Amino acid sequence: MARAAVLGRLTWRLAEVREVLPETPRVSSLELQVPDWPGHAAGQHLDVRLTAADGYQAQRSYSIASAPDGETVTITVERLEDGEVSPYLVGELRAGDQLELRGPIGGYFVWEVATGGPLLLVAGGSGVVPLMAMTRVLAAAPSGVKARLLYSSRSFEDVIFREELDRLAGLGKGLHVFHTLTRSQPAAWKGYARRLDREMMREVAWPADQRPLAYICGPTAFVESAAGLLVELGYEAARIKTERFGPTGG
Amino acid sequence: MDEAGMRLDGNAIGGLLQELFVREMTVAEGTCAHCGHVGAVGAVHVYMQAPGVVVRCPACEQVLMRIVRGRDRYYLDLTGIRCLEFSEPS
Repeated sequence: MARAAVLGRLTWRLAEVREVLPETPRVSSLELQVPDWPGHAAGQHLDVRLTAADGYQAQRSYSIASAPDGETVTITVERLEDGEVSPYLVGELRAGDQLELRGPIGGYFVWEVATGGPLLLVAGGSGVVPLMAMTRVLAAAPSGVKARLLYSSRSFEDVIFREELDRLAGLGKGLHVFHTLTRSQPAAWKGYARRLDREMMREVAWPADQRPLAYICGPTAFVESAAGLLVELGYEAARIKTERFGPTGG
Repeated sequence: MDEAGMRLDGNAIGGLLQELFVREMTVAEGTCAHCGHVGAVGAVHVYMQAPGVVVRCPACEQVLMRIVRGRDRYYLDLTGIRCLEFSEPS
């Protein structure tokens, strides 16, 4: 990564909300204008800090969904009803409002074109967000890197970025998307209809002898199960990168 | 929820570590003082339910680091890490 992204003090910046885009009934994307944003790589996140009138502060991390694009940064946030921060971000926040944030953060769970592939992306629920940044980077540049995304959601309505993923997969740039819906499926659903298991992973994952690079993001149990399946399939542990998000978020 | 369900990983403390080290640290490699496992800081196990942050080795689950933030200070216990390796700024 660029030196600026590796070395430096994190500073809180005041961003302006450009647009709030509902993605599903519980998830919205926030397009932010961040003055002097140093740029980011796919997979990085940022920290958001809310300050109450009495000075109380709550801080949470959110993955960046957008490919690098100047001072424009999009985060995609799932509203957790008992959360301290997400019900404000998804529900209260409007275009024109300001938001305090710092970033970009992270270097481990990051993919750039030069990192290569083939890529296996495995997402559980809103764990798709950092992987979406990777597919957007992939779609934007003729890298020749092939990617498969296996994406587990509860229902059809809960699939974040559904139409865009269909569109990106249709570009013929080497992205294939496999959905599984674990709780309910629409009539004539052709994708998987169960929780991620060994058979599904074997059908979707690149063969281990192609030395694929895997990125898994989702709830802790989902991530650890998916990583375990890939190790069983012969993937090198060092080429399986994971990012867990836990129940304490929100 | 059981302890395993509360587990996060080193990505979750990327911001906190950058406050402490003033550089990106999740790509740094740490060596566990207990079992000798070497791996990226991004891949360590992290528990944030305690008053501080507890970082454990993904291979042996022994404590690598504890980070506590007090009133205007940090307390950083690195007893469980034998070595932390990262690149010089280019």
